[in-house]
Amino acid sequence: MSGTLIEPRLDPRPDPVPGPKADAENYIAVEHSVKSWLLTTDHKRIGILYMLSITLFFFIGGVMATIIRMELMTPRGDLLRSGDEYNRMFTQHGIIMIFFFLIPSIPAVLGNFLIPLQIGARDLAFPKLNLLSWYIFMVGGMFTLGVMLTGGVDTGWTFYTPFSSMFSNTHVIATALGVFIVGFSSILTGLNFIVTIHTMRAPGMTWGRLPLFCWAHYATSLVQVLGTPVLAVTIVLLGLERILRIGIFDPKLGGDPILFQHMFWFYSHPAVYIMVLPSFGVLNEIIPCFSRRPVFGYKFMAGAILAISMLGFLVWGHHMFVSGQSMYSGMIFAILSLLVGIPSGIKVFNWTATMYKGQVIGKTPMLYALGFVGLFTIGGLTGLMLASLAIDVHVHDTYFVVAHFHYIMVGGATMAYLGGLHFWWPKISGRMYPEFWGKIAAMIIFIGFNLTFFPQFLLGYLGMPRRYYEYKPEFQILHVMSTAGASILAVGFLIPLVYFILSLWYSPRAPKNPWGATGLEWTVASPPPAHNFDETPIVTEPPYNYDHDEVDHE
Amino acid sequence: MSDPAVALAASASSVEMGDVPLAHHFDDPVQQHESAVLGMWAFLATEVMFFGGIIAAYTVYRAISQDEFAAASQRLSPALGGINTLVLLGSSLAVALAVRGSQMRQRKTVLIMLGLTMLLGTAFLGIKAYEWSLEFGHHLAPGPNFHFEAEHGEASASASHASGPLDLRRVQMFFVFYFFMTGLHAFHMIIGLAILAILFVQIFRRRLPATGERPVEIVGLYWHFVDIVWVFLYPLLYLIEVR
Repeated sequence: MSGTLIEPRLDPRPDPVPGPKADAENYIAVEHSVKSWLLTTDHKRIGILYMLSITLFFFIGGVMATIIRMELMTPRGDLLRSGDEYNRMFTQHGIIMIFFFLIPSIPAVLGNFLIPLQIGARDLAFPKLNLLSWYIFMVGGMFTLGVMLTGGVDTGWTFYTPFSSMFSNTHVIATALGVFIVGFSSILTGLNFIVTIHTMRAPGMTWGRLPLFCWAHYATSLVQVLGTPVLAVTIVLLGLERILRIGIFDPKLGGDPILFQHMFWFYSHPAVYIMVLPSFGVLNEIIPCFSRRPVFGYKFMAGAILAISMLGFLVWGHHMFVSGQSMYSGMIFAILSLLVGIPSGIKVFNWTATMYKGQVIGKTPMLYALGFVGLFTIGGLTGLMLASLAIDVHVHDTYFVVAHFHYIMVGGATMAYLGGLHFWWPKISGRMYPEFWGKIAAMIIFIGFNLTFFPQFLLGYLGMPRRYYEYKPEFQILHVMSTAGASILAVGFLIPLVYFILSLWYSPRAPKNPWGATGLEWTVASPPPAHNFDETPIVTEPPYNYDHDEVDHE
Repeated sequence: MSDPAVALAASASSVEMGDVPLAHHFDDPVQQHESAVLGMWAFLATEVMFFGGIIAAYTVYRAISQDEFAAASQRLSPALGGINTLVLLGSSLAVALAVRGSQMRQRKTVLIMLGLTMLLGTAFLGIKAYEWSLEFGHHLAPGPNFHFEAEHGEASASASHASGPLDLRRVQMFFVFYFFMTGLHAFHMIIGLAILAILFVQIFRRRLPATGERPVEIVGLYWHFVDIVWVFLYPLLYLIEVR
């Protein structure tokens, strides 16, 4: 290795003064009882509670994905007993992964843990509300799981009317109620972040010095606070429609099913940005650190994040090009959707420019970040294809769409979540993760992911519709490739689960700042003390100040 | 308030907050107060979007069935709705005076004004319930018992539009929105009354300070919001075409 200047600093060395004294103060060791966890108002502990919960939901959603992929290995339906069962399977996979894993993933786990640490605060502005949001999340989640165990729902995660309101014989209302409940948890988290970032910043932490991770969560929170209530009222209307037949979405009673799609996508397109904007924040921390350079174009990065969150509210109609909305709406929505490409492009170019002439270090978090940049680019560019009216008519409701959004949600959001988890694992747990296994898992996930979802682009382009449980034999080769990739991907996801758990006992203790990173969260012990900072820090430097960083401070 | 900078900031915004206990994670009362107020505003933003969704749906149907909505709207009582609007605006004044009282450190004023707010809020719900019972009596509630016959003159009132016979499905749709929107509003009123009652009891028992405006101001913000929703609902539902 030629990077002699920095390499020593990146080595995980045991803390020079490990011992019971340092240990007794940290947020994990401060109290051990179950009650102290379930009634905690410490943002760090609530982050951990969220981490455990969403891992459970990710596992359940993953099992469903496995069943779907196994079913699709052969052109005939054989694993599942009927098409109805298959419908329920992909519906529940979607609902769990979107509402119970992706939306809370980075904000509720890493955001909860890191935002107060990054801005120099002792906690979020409303600690009790934060705990409440976790309880609401769990109530909504357990409720939805209970519904799935007692029959489930088959409408697709989109709950499209009139199928959901008039024809489906499954538990539509109960599932929608679960989603409704969990929406409040999302709103409360977003509200808490907005207020915290506004009022809790340490002296000197100006808006221009705010880490981009916080900017990303600020933008995400705006979407959560402004978008989620519209979903809530839509779900209420759907429930009333189904129970009372009031006719808002029923053409027979003078209503219009398309209105449901408008209201649903008004939330659910911005929801995509709830899932992916926090990933941008994670990338903005990892890439400068492992390139040893300040982030390129800080202001443009922050501006691009805000621009995406706001543009996201103006593009919902691109889900409805073939739904019967007017051609002119379609054209306007297409143009607005293409505009999202501009800030997204700024981000990708700026990440690349950050690495340019930097010392790029291939630690595990960086591998995930690099994977994200590539996969997000593919996902984003195919998104532009789908936003173009003419192409969309051809590939609408095919596997092309499925592949596109999995590139954004798995290749993007999930990779960034894993990258962030590795990057901050030393801070969260106080232990290093095994670098060798980390790299292996990252590579396996990257390969498995591409093998799973790239063939689906081809499938979709050749005309394989989504949500079908039987298909023509000529598609089988691509489906088998996809299933094989999914098996590799599953292994890749299991490895980190194992070594993260084992690292709690067998890995070396993490120093305060194992990566030589900037940011206030790295100035406190690993794991951080329960009250975060002994004294409120005073910020005097710009963010990502890696230029003057060639001397080891420790 | 020993820190001079804090005292200065507090007096600069003419805010008296020293009476509210300071939570451990805040540096000073000003920060705590600003967080609480901003939190309520952010929550009200979600409420705006919540009502915004249903008002958008209402707008869509009103745009494609103007005659039906106009005719249906005339079965409502603008007088009762108007009285209710005044009652609610009165309650807004009362809650504003309660906030003022807490700033002036007048415990008695706070209690009286909070009581008056609750009284007017309850009166609103009473009048609203009376209206609903009238409408149920006239079979205007959507469902199998829905019954509507265009009265003489209703079609002519909207003669400026190209009016054929009224589409009764869309007339019923108006009442779907009417009951849903007013019901949702009443639900928010009930929550507001419950919060006001808790606040009143807590202040009465001296569990919460009447001075130090934070709790009173935050509840007041919510109450004003609920009132403003009604200010939008009243013309949307009652005043489509007043003769």
